[in-house]
Amino acid sequence: MTRYVIGRLGGVVVILLAVCLFTYLIFFKLSPDPAVMICGKTCTPDRIDSIRDVLGLNQPLLTQFWEFLRGIVAGRDYGTVHCSAPCLGYSFQTNESVWNMLTTRLPVSITVAVGAAVLWLLAGVAGGLISAIKQGTWWDRSAMALALTGVSVPNYVLALVLQYVLVVKLQVLPFPAAPAFADNPVLWFESYLMPWTVLAVGYACLYARLTRANVIDTLAENFLRTARAKGLSRPLILRRHALRPALTPITTIFGMDFAGLLGGALITETVFGLNGIGKLAADSIAKNDQPVIMAVTLLAAFFVVVGNVVVDLVYTALDPRVRVTSS
Amino acid sequence: MTVAGPRTPTLLEVEEVGLAGDPGGGPPTSTGRILGKLARDKAALLCLVFLLIVVLMAVFAPLITKLSGWGPDEFDSGAINSDLGGVPHGSLGGISGEHWFGVEPQNGRDLFARIVYGARVSITIALSATVLTGILGVVFGLLAGFYRGWVDQAISRVMDFLMAFPALIFMIAILSSLPAGNRPVLLVVVISAFGWPYLARVIRGQTMTLANREFVEAARASGAKNVALVFREILPNLRGSIIVMTTLSVPGYIGTEAGLSFLGVGVTPPTASWGQMISSSVSWYSVDPMFFAIPGTFLFLTVLSLTVLGDKIRSVIDAGEAT
Repeated sequence: MTRYVIGRLGGVVVILLAVCLFTYLIFFKLSPDPAVMICGKTCTPDRIDSIRDVLGLNQPLLTQFWEFLRGIVAGRDYGTVHCSAPCLGYSFQTNESVWNMLTTRLPVSITVAVGAAVLWLLAGVAGGLISAIKQGTWWDRSAMALALTGVSVPNYVLALVLQYVLVVKLQVLPFPAAPAFADNPVLWFESYLMPWTVLAVGYACLYARLTRANVIDTLAENFLRTARAKGLSRPLILRRHALRPALTPITTIFGMDFAGLLGGALITETVFGLNGIGKLAADSIAKNDQPVIMAVTLLAAFFVVVGNVVVDLVYTALDPRVRVTSS
Repeated sequence: MTVAGPRTPTLLEVEEVGLAGDPGGGPPTSTGRILGKLARDKAALLCLVFLLIVVLMAVFAPLITKLSGWGPDEFDSGAINSDLGGVPHGSLGGISGEHWFGVEPQNGRDLFARIVYGARVSITIALSATVLTGILGVVFGLLAGFYRGWVDQAISRVMDFLMAFPALIFMIAILSSLPAGNRPVLLVVVISAFGWPYLARVIRGQTMTLANREFVEAARASGAKNVALVFREILPNLRGSIIVMTTLSVPGYIGTEAGLSFLGVGVTPPTASWGQMISSSVSWYSVDPMFFAIPGTFLFLTVLSLTVLGDKIRSVIDAGEAT
């Protein structure tokens, strides 16, 4: 088991390195000269040269990449400025440390992701469960029709509709402003309510469909027929025997989806103007701010890859049928 | 994120359960039977009719706009109120006999014409991306599943890499830094590059099971070459999965194209696209909600119809293969 975990973590590092190198190469080849960008309009060739020198842009590509990697682990010096341990460089636009930018934005993305996840898990799993139990009834049919509809609404369309109805027409909610929780808990909650809902709808509908399908499949299994034949009551069968095998696959999918959201809900954050990682990504791409694009891509990939490993480990713990064979 | 194509089946899922259209016994469901079942289903029929309308709109766009009288790039300054900052004259965003869906605020372009031409962009991009991902996914999935060993290792690692990649961020970054060039082609390439592993993964798993089945053994024993084994024995049995996975991915690609255009990195103006129309309606939605509602409704209904249809096709194929 330990060997398996170490092997998987090795895989994580390899994939992250590949993502890193790929992003680095692409932006190196495609982007305009960063030195010219930093320097701005009033610029002398001397200044461009000195900026190139400080950033190490004169060195060969691989040396630069190596310096970038070393900076993350050990920190690095730009001329006289020292950038300490997890060094992802400085923004070309604001000269802010990229690491600081990430750490200030991350809480917003986490808030968005956690709130949405709670909503969609509650709504999706409960809805799917009830549908499965009442399979074939009007409830089941309308819930599943609703789920198909919900999956089909692009989230920016839903975001704009909600904003139009709730903020402009009915004026029951303020425009999302994302204040600190401690300052104004009510406004905080009201601000995040729409982003949570918008994100949660699509996932809730998917989870409802998945849960329903899984529960129905499980109920048809032999061991449940045995349980019924032994005269166990329906609620007891559901609670004690059907739920665990039916819901275990949901946890793996949930892990992946949640990890993906931690790297920033790009569209939702942009539409609602929430300063999370997703909006940071959109802004840095619009301004061609390479160090920030690099960092955001890496962070998102990190969450996905680590999430993947965690999911596999949790699955082995939850479902003893999946044994890890050391081969 | 939510715009990207179909959802990720995890490794465990694929290897433990096997996804839709598990290659069971019995002959594959025939195309005629699928169509017959669909024709008897009212919801599926409704979706088919709507999609047919959208496709016809896309194909005959120039003819249709001749009939309606306004092209997608013609400005009608008479239809907007320049004193009020360019809000369309009349109620409901300027819907009238002249402009069937009203006009765009500020410059007075005919919304009907732009919807019709926008359908062209959406449909072309989504279908091309589907074909390209389909080919890539099937070829690589078959190769990995059939040859195993280092071929499988190499392909699987590339798939892991692509699936770990934050595709949306990357698509936006790459599209925004590339020169404008031929945007639709770029969009198709970028969407397919990140989309094929989801199909390939399923195909790989099923090929592995199929390659061990008796009928493949028998064919091999009677001297069939690898090419024949793959194309005559294995591929026909994957038909169900391929149909299901690809039909279910089309709405995803429509949504991705619209999403990228919404974020401003898709099709470049003045070419009309639904996502782009929604994007430009954002600053107007409180004064002219119709400008948002019309492309939003078309996008939603198209995605919905494709999803429902894909779902129905899956249940027909699943039922066919279970018996």
